[in-house]
Amino acid sequence: MSDFPWLLAMIAVPAVGGAAVAALPKGRDLLVKQVTLAVSALVLVLAVLATVAFDTGGDRFQLTTSVSWIPAFGVDFALGVDGIALVMLLLIGVLVPVVVVASWEDTGPGGRSTKAYFAWLLVLEAMMVGVFAATDVFLFYVFFEAMLVPMYFIIGSFGGPRRQYAAVKFFLYSLLGGLVMLASVIGLYVVSNSQLGEGTFAFDALRQLDIDPGVQKLLFLGFFVAFAIKAPLVPFHTWLPDSGAEAPIGGGVLLVGVLDKVGTFGFIRYCLPLFPDASRTFAPWILGLAVAGILYGALLAMGQSDLKRFVTYTSIAHFGFIALGIFAFTAEGGSGAVLYMVNHGISTGILFLAVGMLISRGGSRSIADYGGVAKKAPVLAGVFLVAGLSSLALPGTNSFVSEFLVLLGSFPTRPVFTIVATAGIVLAALYVLLVVQRTMHGPSRGLVVDKPFPDLRRRELAVVAPLIALILVLGVYPQPLLALIDPAVAATMTDIGSDPGGTPPVHEPVTAEQGAN
Amino acid sequence: MNPVPATGLLSASWLLIALPLAGAAVLLLGGKRTDRWGHLLAITTVTGAFVLAVLSAVDLAGLDDRSVGVDLYTFVSTGQLEVSAGLLVDPLSITFALLITGVGALIHVYSVGYMAHDPARRRFFAYLNLFVAAMLLLVLGNSFVALYVGWEGVGLASYLLIAFWYTRPAAATAAKKAFIMNRVGDVGLALAIFLMFTQLGTTSYAGVLGSVGVLAGGTVTAIGLLLLLGACGKSGQFPLQAWLPDAMEGPTPVSALIHAATMVTAGVYLIARSAPVFDAAPAAQTVVVIIGAITIMIGAIAGCAYDDIKKVLAWSTVSQIGYMFLAVGLGPVGYAAGIAHLLTHGFFKAGLFLGAGSVMHGMGDRTDMRRFGGLATKMTTTFVTFGLGYLALIGFPFLSGYWTKDAIIEAAFDRGGASGYLLGGVAVLGAGLTAFYMTRLMLMTFFGKPRWEDDVHPHESPAVMTLPMVVLAVGSVAAGFLLVEVFPLAGWLAPVFGEPEEAAAHTIPPLVVSVLVTVVVALGALTAWLFVGRREVPTTAPARVSVPVRAARNALYADQVNEAVFMRPGMWLTRALVWVDNRGVDGVVNGIGAGLGGSSSRLGRAQTGFVRSYALGMLGGAVLVVGALVAVTAG
Repeated sequence: MSDFPWLLAMIAVPAVGGAAVAALPKGRDLLVKQVTLAVSALVLVLAVLATVAFDTGGDRFQLTTSVSWIPAFGVDFALGVDGIALVMLLLIGVLVPVVVVASWEDTGPGGRSTKAYFAWLLVLEAMMVGVFAATDVFLFYVFFEAMLVPMYFIIGSFGGPRRQYAAVKFFLYSLLGGLVMLASVIGLYVVSNSQLGEGTFAFDALRQLDIDPGVQKLLFLGFFVAFAIKAPLVPFHTWLPDSGAEAPIGGGVLLVGVLDKVGTFGFIRYCLPLFPDASRTFAPWILGLAVAGILYGALLAMGQSDLKRFVTYTSIAHFGFIALGIFAFTAEGGSGAVLYMVNHGISTGILFLAVGMLISRGGSRSIADYGGVAKKAPVLAGVFLVAGLSSLALPGTNSFVSEFLVLLGSFPTRPVFTIVATAGIVLAALYVLLVVQRTMHGPSRGLVVDKPFPDLRRRELAVVAPLIALILVLGVYPQPLLALIDPAVAATMTDIGSDPGGTPPVHEPVTAEQGAN
Repeated sequence: MNPVPATGLLSASWLLIALPLAGAAVLLLGGKRTDRWGHLLAITTVTGAFVLAVLSAVDLAGLDDRSVGVDLYTFVSTGQLEVSAGLLVDPLSITFALLITGVGALIHVYSVGYMAHDPARRRFFAYLNLFVAAMLLLVLGNSFVALYVGWEGVGLASYLLIAFWYTRPAAATAAKKAFIMNRVGDVGLALAIFLMFTQLGTTSYAGVLGSVGVLAGGTVTAIGLLLLLGACGKSGQFPLQAWLPDAMEGPTPVSALIHAATMVTAGVYLIARSAPVFDAAPAAQTVVVIIGAITIMIGAIAGCAYDDIKKVLAWSTVSQIGYMFLAVGLGPVGYAAGIAHLLTHGFFKAGLFLGAGSVMHGMGDRTDMRRFGGLATKMTTTFVTFGLGYLALIGFPFLSGYWTKDAIIEAAFDRGGASGYLLGGVAVLGAGLTAFYMTRLMLMTFFGKPRWEDDVHPHESPAVMTLPMVVLAVGSVAAGFLLVEVFPLAGWLAPVFGEPEEAAAHTIPPLVVSVLVTVVVALGALTAWLFVGRREVPTTAPARVSVPVRAARNALYADQVNEAVFMRPGMWLTRALVWVDNRGVDGVVNGIGAGLGGSSSRLGRAQTGFVRSYALGMLGGAVLVVGALVAVTAG
């Protein structure tokens, strides 16, 4: 079974599916949705089967497929996953079908074709799988850029009133980041060419280069800027609130839930292993940005009047936590950060979806237009609360494990940054519960009174139920995911020169046997 | 020190938590279908947990070590961190489990009557069950991480229950305030755990508490102080006390169970559980006793000035937990005394709150004591049970509070030196103030002329409510004597805190302390009678009052300080940052964008033009790449 090209299939199925959806005749909207759902469900099945085929004790990269692509420059169409990439594929597999069902009744502005929307969703899924599964840096770059196209159209054609401004801004930022990264990609090729005698883009070969520290710094910055824009660290973040707010809900879920994770994924997959010295040099600065982002995102979230912008600012705070865990250079912090990437996809996903359900009832994104929802739509209010509690990392929910691991893992090496970051724990409670109080509590008012405001429908329940189940299950039993993630993080720690077995304690605890002697 | 693996019934201790948790899950997921019998299920699960706790306690008592561990599964294992989902059943945890499930079951029963007419009664019972499960996890967990999970879990339950009547803005605000002030404390607890992990690589009680000796003194003190911050948040101790009186916005059974008998005493549990840390950190212990002493006074002073019956009881709770902090801060001489007071307080304060709820029930949900009066004859059972709770609280000779509060006061004096006299003096003064405000409450509520509003027709509550009150009243009378004289708690807790030692020499003979306290208490009660009992109580609070009274009415201005120091600057900062983010950061970016792309209006209206130029850019980039690659390969 392990010979089956799982990853290639996970790219091909949605890509072909997207083309097929686009080719369906006009006016067959239901069929479009059914096909899209079936294709995305198949990708989920593939992701699960790939996980089963993955051996946590095996090679760093597994399920590999490699085809020579541009032999003149040593570019291969090389796919493979470590545990970090694999859990991201699982996240994609789960979120896309959820988004499809959530978008079932959405229509684009001006009655735009839903066919195009669902086709773009599938194309986006193929690109997202590709970006996580690529083990050739050039291929990664190609997916990294190609991924923008479907998202550009999803935002620009199907988004809110300022969709075009948002889509262009999204593109402009990515253009900037992508170009800088491209320069570094080429730089890597140049170095490999001089060290190995022939140029290569293969990650595993590049990882073993011995790059001059000065060059490392330049190349590192190229990658870093692209990733810091993608998983926005303050001050590279201002495109995200616009894009997140104007994107249709489904697109927003994938944008913040998955697409942005390419940035944090890039930190841990490319920045750390390829440029260990530069990573260490720049770590204090990046940690400063990370912690600033935690506080800044949280304070800004508190100050938002727009529900969707609120969600994007909470995400900026969360990305700060992820970056903190990655640049603390400990196994616990790294594993926590990767787990955080998955958990944040789930919890921001459901928060976005709940906000969308609110907006679809009231027709406004403004927090001030709502009040007392809990009285009229108690289940919706409950879902919103669960999403919020996951966002504030309450124990018992998935996010607690990852946030706790990030902070616990960062404390030994970076106590000061960690202590400042813990303020984010309090601020998260504040921004979540403020919005809960403003929209859900109090007497019903505003649009909640003016509109019918029914409680969740069956389809909506079907959208949130799997995510709530994941929030709770991963909250009490995160170990299966950690077992996938840990070996890959340990390998990364070896690359960067940290202890792959975790942070040794200052003192050995007194064990029972010693105590008895 | 290390617990032995559990066998038999004790290995099923996880059911203690699972039962109420399952109850909560069924009620929350089952929806309206469970409306008819939901409350019965909730009572059954808690009662089942209580029975299990009793049986477990009996089993435990028969063991030599009286400390068993139950390992369930690996919760988190990554790097050096190993956290097992496991329980520690020892005299301390099972004592708490008995209190939580016992008082919890009684309050569940009471709530059937109290919430009978509330359309959301099922949700109420679901949250109560959820609380019991989280609280049991808090006390039964075998590591600081497990404790933390329960710790924030009870915070959630508390939030949900304070905001139970969420359409009332005051309830919603109070719930949020409680959760956030608790989270401030939780940060301390979290940092303590991070420090333990960094130093020892473990977070289990066995690993950390057994290894305190290898840590540097400063580290132990830091861990102690961080744990204390967590304890202060949960237990409403200075400087995080302001949320607890506001929490009275929740239904009264919630105030009784969570904000009097159990959750708010979790801070005491945390300090007692971490005894080896505090015993090795005298500086941290000193801070604990200082906080306890300050909070005794804050609570007692504020309790004297409020007219809302529940708020007076809430301030009383703050003050009484101050006594418990004082006790556990004193070290080995005080642990058992603190826990004993925690238990008797659990009985009489829960009883008092249920009594207050019964009064509210009869008075159309009013809480203003200036509109009560003369209820003794209208609500006899409530009056008698409440009266016994009152006597137990003020330390009337031979009732519960007398035994357990006196033990703390004695221990405070026994600390010796000036600090011993200071702490003992504060504790005695606090007892006097307690007698004052509680006598004032009794007189305003049950005695004097009725000052009822026109549409109020006081009546006794149904048996389903009064029965739990009777049981708790019996406990209020007898528990202190039983725990101090008949089945000494100190001996039962010896596996946790060590064998109790007779103090070598008392600073002041116990009998003298006892008489002193009793005299001060009598003076406090007499003063209340002079001020309140002798004369007519005005139906509105006098507006022109002295500065100290105004300060007491404002609870010594804690809210105002928080508002001025944290909330208002925070709001300004947020507003300023929003402005900067829109105009500043984004403005610069848009400006650069405009510089690159032409004019800012073009960016704003940018349509397909940009995509075309992007495509052009990509093409240009591709050309560049190919050119560069060719150059490299050729070179």
